[in-house]
Amino acid sequence: MKNTLTKATLTFATLLCGQYLMSQSPENLLNSLDSITPPETAYTYATFKSTRVINGHSIERMKEGQLDFRVSHRFGLINQGAYELFGLDQGTTCLNLEYGIKDWIMLGISRTSVEKTFSGLAKFSLLRQSSGTRNIPVSVSYLFETSAITVKWSNPDLNNLFSSRFSYLHQLLIARKWNERFSLQVSPTVLHRNLVATEANHNDVWALGLAGRYKITRRTALNAEYYPRLNPEPNTTNCLSIGFDVETGGHVFQLLVSNSTGMIEKTFIGETTGKWNKGDLHLGFNISRVFALKGKKHVK
Amino acid sequence: MIIFLSLTTIIHAQDKLITKTGHIWFYSHAPLEDIIAHTHQAAAIIDLSKGSIAVSIPMMSFEFKKALMQEHFNENYVESAKYPKARFIGSVKNLSELNFKKNGIYKTTVTGELTIHNVTKKIEADGTIEVKDGKYTVISKFNVSPKDYDIKIENRLSRNIASTIEVNIELNF
Repeated sequence: MKNTLTKATLTFATLLCGQYLMSQSPENLLNSLDSITPPETAYTYATFKSTRVINGHSIERMKEGQLDFRVSHRFGLINQGAYELFGLDQGTTCLNLEYGIKDWIMLGISRTSVEKTFSGLAKFSLLRQSSGTRNIPVSVSYLFETSAITVKWSNPDLNNLFSSRFSYLHQLLIARKWNERFSLQVSPTVLHRNLVATEANHNDVWALGLAGRYKITRRTALNAEYYPRLNPEPNTTNCLSIGFDVETGGHVFQLLVSNSTGMIEKTFIGETTGKWNKGDLHLGFNISRVFALKGKKHVK
Repeated sequence: MIIFLSLTTIIHAQDKLITKTGHIWFYSHAPLEDIIAHTHQAAAIIDLSKGSIAVSIPMMSFEFKKALMQEHFNENYVESAKYPKARFIGSVKNLSELNFKKNGIYKTTVTGELTIHNVTKKIEADGTIEVKDGKYTVISKFNVSPKDYDIKIENRLSRNIASTIEVNIELNF
């Protein structure tokens, strides 16, 4: 009696085990897979569509081996009316080349027609926004730029120092991509100008840039940028710009309206004079084209 | 009874093999350019007793030669922030013909469901399973159409990105 009971229990138990083994469904296989897959860190990409929001820098950089060629143009004042074709008859331009030395260092050179200024910049990506195993809420970059105006001195008889041509910029760029549509950036800035026009002007300009982008479709976005100065100067205004980005594979076209003709920080942060409420606005565009000079090699 | 149970458990565990470094690459051949991207971070589990296989692929792990292309792949096409993983779950059609205890290269066809961009489609893929001294290598090649998975590629890019993409898999267990 006892033997049969044990045998029956044994057989029943075995059958149950067998049943359990057989009932491992495909979903269970996938669940087993999920439990063994190591957790990852997902780094945020494309907070902005290009290295500039409108006039000012975004946290984006060129990755290693990528070269960005950028042409910027600002037309004349719209409120000049139809005779001047609403400003289209005049213009200032800027040409930029920016290259990624490493994924986190970008070097750039530029030349703008405003005061015939040459600039050199270095942008470092310090922190990247990420989720998953490593949760970091913002991306942070640091920008250092030196500019030298090369336009001839207006009064050559004065003791014009070479160093007076120079200005220096330090900027901390802090941005967050909230979702696929909305990104926001703050850019605390200090701009030092070796020579300023009058006693009332400051050699050091402190500003807090604010920029935002709203992505409308996969390839278009609406941007806004404002650079209020913490120590304003007389007869100058803060730069406010609105832009529209169209991205097409390798190009990013940025159409914009701004109260400044400057395309480098020295000009658009420190020397803007246009007033939005008076219609002192300039139409403009940036065209950026990215070339991959060095490709990533696949290591087997 | 306990010994018997534990024996069955051991056999159960031995039949399931795992890899976390599966190599998957895809190749698009179009008139203006060829595009290749590789990942070595595919996770796969294979159940030898049932001939079933599950694969999980983190989309952000695909590496392209051009960094901008990788960004567009993630942001505009597969939207990997929304759908981080592609998955496959399926089984071999000819389990009876495969002898996992004997060294050799066995031809097989796997059928199952592939999920990319949150769209699931039934697929059938030909491949081989090589058995060598207790190690198993699964190799397969099949075609995927981005359109089938709701991945929109603009018409003007039809000469840059192929409408049918060749996917290659190499898993070492």
